[in-house]
Amino acid sequence: MSADNNSKPVLETRNLSVRYGKVEALRGTSISLRAGEIVTVIGPNGAGKSSLLNAIMGALPSEGQAEGEVLYMGQEVSHHAIELRLGKGLALVPEKRELFTTMTVEDNLVLGAYRRRKAGWSYRDGLEGIYAVFPRLKERRNQLAGTMSGGERQMVAIGRALMSDPKVLMLDEPSLGLAPRVMAEVFQVISHLRDTGVATLLIEQNSRAALKVSDYGYVLEVGDVTLEGKASELAQNPRVIEAYLGAKH
Amino acid sequence: MDFGIFAVLAQDGVTNGAVYALLAMALVLVFSVTRIIFLPQGEFIGFGALTVAALQSSQFPRLIWLLIGIGVLTFLVELGSALRQRRYKPLPRRLLMWSVIENLIYPSFIWLLAHTFDWQGMPMAVQILFTLAITVPLGIMIYRVAFQPMAEASVLVLLIVSVGVHFALLGMGLFIFGPEGSTTHPFTDWSTALGEMPVSGQSVVVMAVAGSLIGLLYLFFDRTLYGKALRATAVNRKGAQLVGIGTSQAGRMAFGLAAGLGTLAGTLIAPLNTVGYDTGFVVALKGFVAAIVGGLASYPLAAAGALLVGLLESYSSYWASAYKEVIVFTLIIPVLAWRSLTSGHGDEE
Repeated sequence: MSADNNSKPVLETRNLSVRYGKVEALRGTSISLRAGEIVTVIGPNGAGKSSLLNAIMGALPSEGQAEGEVLYMGQEVSHHAIELRLGKGLALVPEKRELFTTMTVEDNLVLGAYRRRKAGWSYRDGLEGIYAVFPRLKERRNQLAGTMSGGERQMVAIGRALMSDPKVLMLDEPSLGLAPRVMAEVFQVISHLRDTGVATLLIEQNSRAALKVSDYGYVLEVGDVTLEGKASELAQNPRVIEAYLGAKH
Repeated sequence: MDFGIFAVLAQDGVTNGAVYALLAMALVLVFSVTRIIFLPQGEFIGFGALTVAALQSSQFPRLIWLLIGIGVLTFLVELGSALRQRRYKPLPRRLLMWSVIENLIYPSFIWLLAHTFDWQGMPMAVQILFTLAITVPLGIMIYRVAFQPMAEASVLVLLIVSVGVHFALLGMGLFIFGPEGSTTHPFTDWSTALGEMPVSGQSVVVMAVAGSLIGLLYLFFDRTLYGKALRATAVNRKGAQLVGIGTSQAGRMAFGLAAGLGTLAGTLIAPLNTVGYDTGFVVALKGFVAAIVGGLASYPLAAAGALLVGLLESYSSYWASAYKEVIVFTLIIPVLAWRSLTSGHGDEE
């Protein structure tokens, strides 16, 4: 593990709960994430994984109610608006991608840097960085995002999130609906991000691939963390193998 | 009907259509960004025209009182919401300071400007700019007070609030400006003839101004970051929030632009028509019919719809002048039938 285990977490949740009206989606979840670390949360559908990411980002739908603490660099952010959390260094790639489909790929990326206005930084530099990671997006930069294939859309979504220069990138089911070859490409990018110092919080249906690139993992079941540990150990855990890594039915 | 009359009616129709196009664009903008049907658009037509008329007749532009009043209200709303959140975080001093500047100091500054200068002698373009400096912040404040606290409500609830704001502004319009209408000075006395058709300078100015505003809007949406941010909000609200384009920021921008477009539309019609505090509503409704042609989503279709409305109105005033409004508003029925047949299913969230 490259991450220094004594360093402070960049992101931490303490007793984070989410409820939609009377339905409790997440019950007192505590996870943490260090710089340059990839942490994955696995679990069945409806376990509250997406709610966890949305609550960290402050992007719950209006009927959703979050309680508990979200700490970014040790600082409580759970009452900040999305814009503020984004400005601090959190970014979320949602499950549905939420691209601006009738706008060009480049416009999508440029808007990713909407909050990133500093002297001496031009979005051109940011674009070059993204195009270096995803050369295909450079070829297609003038194409409308809605006309792209599933894998390319995912690249646009990740690229757009990276344009805000996040310290913590949260990915909600990045491989959903992608062909295996494209999926491999996406995971390659994720493990590449580690070298840039970005911490990644990953939610995946494809637990095997996710645990392979991750440093640490949590198993979330019906709103509770039931198991956690080093990713390599989780991948060996008989219960995890049976429930999440077993032969596909 | 001979060609001469046909041509004059066409000129009239296109001139009015250009004004409706501006209103339709504003309605499409506001709806696609905020899901609000912007009924108070009509009030801005009246406020704009009457304020320019007041400046030209050396009266104090009384709309500034409304700006000061709503400014105080907006400040109180923002202070209240800051105090309510104090439980979680310290008072956002910078935000409140901006609120004081925008909502209290700025209106007083405008009031001072209105008193210091002799606006009557200024060129009309300057008078219009000064009017915009009153109405655009007014539009933004109205969004802040009436709509921002309930931005996530359903389209129907927002429409009902919109109706409420419309009547409130209408009442204040009557109180401020009184029941009498006014006209403003003509833009130009120049006129010419194209073959048999006399061309009034007035029509040329209206078409040129409306045309260049549409061009500017296009550039704004296509080239600038703020324009792209507004389009992005219209395309995907959640995506926009995730890149940090706050719903309320986009809403304020949309309302500011719409208020400006409404004001300009008012100043464009004011030299030819007597505009009262309540004239704008029917004019804005015609812009609304045009916006419906564009499905409240498409700017080019809305502009085309505006020309259609203008021409239809102009020719029906020749053949059936008593029914011209009826004919224009009846247009909405075939348009809705056509839209519901071609678009399959409603895309209301």
